[in-house]
Amino acid sequence: MAQRSKYPMTLLLRSALAWAVALLLFFPLGWLVLTAFKSELQAIAVPPLLLFRPTLENFSIVQERSDYLLYAQNSLITSAVSTLLGLALAFPAAYAMAFFRVRYTKNILMWMLSTKMMPAVGALVPVYVMAQSSGLLDSRTALVIVFTLSNLPIMVWMLFSYLKEIPHEILEAARMDGATLWQEFRRVLLPLTLGGLASTGLLCLVLSWNEAFWSLNLSAAKAGTLATLIASYSSPEGLFWSKLSAASFMAIAPIVVFGWFCQKQLVQGLTFGAVK
Amino acid sequence: MKRLLPRLLLAPAMASLFLWMIVPLVMTLYFSVIRYNLMQPEETGFIGLENFTYFLTDPSFAVAVGNTLLLLGSVIAVTVLLGIAIALLIDEPFPGRGAVRLLLISPFFVMPTVNALLWKHMMMNPIYGVLAQVWKFFGATPVDWLTDVPLGSIIIMVAWQWLPFAALIFMTALQSMNREQIEAARMDGATYLQQLRYLYLPHLGRSVAVVVMIEMIFLLGVFAEIFTTTGGGPGDASTNVAFLIFKQALLNFDAGVASAGALFAVLLANLAAALLMRMVGKNLDT
Amino acid sequence: MAYLELKNIEKTFGNVRVIRGVDLQIRQGEFIVFVGPSGCGKSTLLRLIAGLEETTAGTLLLDGRDITELPSSQRDLAMVFQSYALYPHMSVFENMSFALKLAKVDPAIIAQKVQRAAQILNLTSYLERTPKELSGGQRQRVAIGRAIVRAPKVFLFDEPLSNLDAALRGQTRIEIAKLHRDLGATTIYVTHDQVEAMTLADRVVVLRDGKIEQVGTPLELYDRPANQFVAQFIGTPQMNVLAASALQSLVQGCGIAVEPDGYLGLRPEDIALCAPGQGQLGARVDLVEALGAETLIYVTTDNGVAMVARQNERSHLGVGMATGLVLDVDAAHVFDAQGRVTRSGKARASKGH
Repeated sequence: MAQRSKYPMTLLLRSALAWAVALLLFFPLGWLVLTAFKSELQAIAVPPLLLFRPTLENFSIVQERSDYLLYAQNSLITSAVSTLLGLALAFPAAYAMAFFRVRYTKNILMWMLSTKMMPAVGALVPVYVMAQSSGLLDSRTALVIVFTLSNLPIMVWMLFSYLKEIPHEILEAARMDGATLWQEFRRVLLPLTLGGLASTGLLCLVLSWNEAFWSLNLSAAKAGTLATLIASYSSPEGLFWSKLSAASFMAIAPIVVFGWFCQKQLVQGLTFGAVK
Repeated sequence: MKRLLPRLLLAPAMASLFLWMIVPLVMTLYFSVIRYNLMQPEETGFIGLENFTYFLTDPSFAVAVGNTLLLLGSVIAVTVLLGIAIALLIDEPFPGRGAVRLLLISPFFVMPTVNALLWKHMMMNPIYGVLAQVWKFFGATPVDWLTDVPLGSIIIMVAWQWLPFAALIFMTALQSMNREQIEAARMDGATYLQQLRYLYLPHLGRSVAVVVMIEMIFLLGVFAEIFTTTGGGPGDASTNVAFLIFKQALLNFDAGVASAGALFAVLLANLAAALLMRMVGKNLDT
Repeated sequence: MAYLELKNIEKTFGNVRVIRGVDLQIRQGEFIVFVGPSGCGKSTLLRLIAGLEETTAGTLLLDGRDITELPSSQRDLAMVFQSYALYPHMSVFENMSFALKLAKVDPAIIAQKVQRAAQILNLTSYLERTPKELSGGQRQRVAIGRAIVRAPKVFLFDEPLSNLDAALRGQTRIEIAKLHRDLGATTIYVTHDQVEAMTLADRVVVLRDGKIEQVGTPLELYDRPANQFVAQFIGTPQMNVLAASALQSLVQGCGIAVEPDGYLGLRPEDIALCAPGQGQLGARVDLVEALGAETLIYVTTDNGVAMVARQNERSHLGVGMATGLVLDVDAAHVFDAQGRVTRSGKARASKGH
């Protein structure tokens, strides 16, 4: 446990400094949220307005103009499906490596890691060409496949490290108690791994939702995700800042809140468990 | 049966990843040695290393490599240094610490495209942006960020996004530090700076390595920010290798050259990967 | 007719022969203790019996049935693990009823059996708690309760007391002994603590490097060890074992047949102290441990051999003082150069009416 500073003065200074830094870093985000509730004129006011009468009109306009719900739906579907698919693929693999004496476990994990390390751009041309020739360009299917495969290594790693923490002896006890492999899995292993499954799933959800590279390159009007929608706001269209802010706010809010709740697990997952 | 089961369980994941790795790789290799333009897919033919020479002798290439390294280096430097500073700052409890943490880590979870546009418009717009206002407040002329300092702007955006990641890692690492050695050092008469140098920083050494490695991997592929703001410009001032390849592939539609470039990017990434693997491998005790 | 029989059990891990040809016959209702130094294979042997490891060779027979190829879940054995291995997400009641639930026993009967076991182990007030909320001793009792409820053919204990503090250990040891007396179940108990072995066992199996050194009742092992290893493993403080070469004069004088490179073994209680200059050997006192009911005196003989003597009376001796040693030669054990016993000392007489 950290010790309290002996001198109240340093504590005060530290707190003040910490708060200042935090507010400074958060400022752009906070500004975004504020702007979402401004009218366009208020948004470009000089000097910038801190106090104003908020309005909700931006949110409805965004939906009318750009069919926000379609994009949101696409984000939701692609993230959710790729997460479930990823878990379905990753869990058996992690289970096999954690509980059976699989030779080359370490090598397999390393190799999976290495597939993640290749920059996505390296696979851009082939994947684009394949998507094009199979008619899957601008389809949710293509996005789901790509998201799942991109996140699979991380998911296997995270699940593996969670499963490893379960003591073998508990499963052996179940065996002695007469459990078949399936019963061992369903009644003992699964309840104990639910936490790990949730964290891993959440991480995949966040990564897929925020995924921009493949979304921008493989999808357009039909399967576009929120990432693409926001990017398309970048072509000049006259005054649009508060609408952009409203759209952005809706796009990022759930994920930021998720992030607040599971900071540790998410970061742990991203470092492949190298930092505990 | 006992031997078969684990292999069956591993098979789906490994097979998918294997395909995901091999198929694009083989295709890229193939494309890189033929002439292949997506607009004229019929005109193909083996042209050996022509694509490679074209890509590598492109004047933008050298610039792109330089930009990539500059981007990488600056972001890593900023995030590590500031990350450590922040982690040290909030290492000890103070009122509202939890809330401060939440505020600090929020940027990391923002979508890259939102991040990009947030900065491009709200912050960096030379007339109405917040930064412009601040500059004017101090009597200086506002900077036209995206035009005058394109790479710098990208660096700011990316650093802002990744600083929370680094800070969080360092915070976690600090919390695992043995407090008793700090108390012992204090009793031995060490000043804060000395404690920093001999205790805190060595302990953080490992997490710094991890942060650097992870950031190297993810930052090599910075794309969304460039795409949505500067489009690589003006000219190629903010083009990195990833964006250059993208330009070749989906703007020039030259899949051959893009593939050659992709192989190069993969090579670059392999170096970073090898280093990270060594680090992570040490942590693995199967 | 043996209830549980091990025939020529072999186990190899990679290139290492961990269990090397073990034969053992256990009668129904016996309390058998596997004891031995770390790495001797006692836990491995237990796990082979349980079915948690596969034998490389050999046969296991239980109540007439060959169980060598059967998986653990079908062997009708219950194991109490060293770390208790309780199911963290289940209450005490659910932990104890898990096996019966899997066997699709009627819930009313399950409740009855669990209640009975809980009563025996004083767990009735804890039935709804989860393992997190229990102390170490309580968890251990739940682990035992889990085994009792199943009424298996054999109970297997893997060093169950190692994780308890000293006071609790002594107490639980007695409870386990009483439990065996009341339930009469066949039990195999693994420990590295020879005190547990001596107090709990009907018969003790001493293991070393994957082989059985000796099987016998505790007192048989104490009075008639088959070799030097067993002689020194059983008994605290350790039996004094002296090289014959160091005791030339003594050996010749007493008329004991000892090979020139053999050894002589004497338990601490067979060495008495007398006035310096008297007795068979002279020595100086190194250390006196006054334990209250008995006193241990560590000495070094004049020709440099370290020994320990035990007596029931208090001692007035101090460090550095000279003393004489009287050795009860009749009680001496003689070992050859390979450590096998060639002559056992006479057993101690028992007192009582």
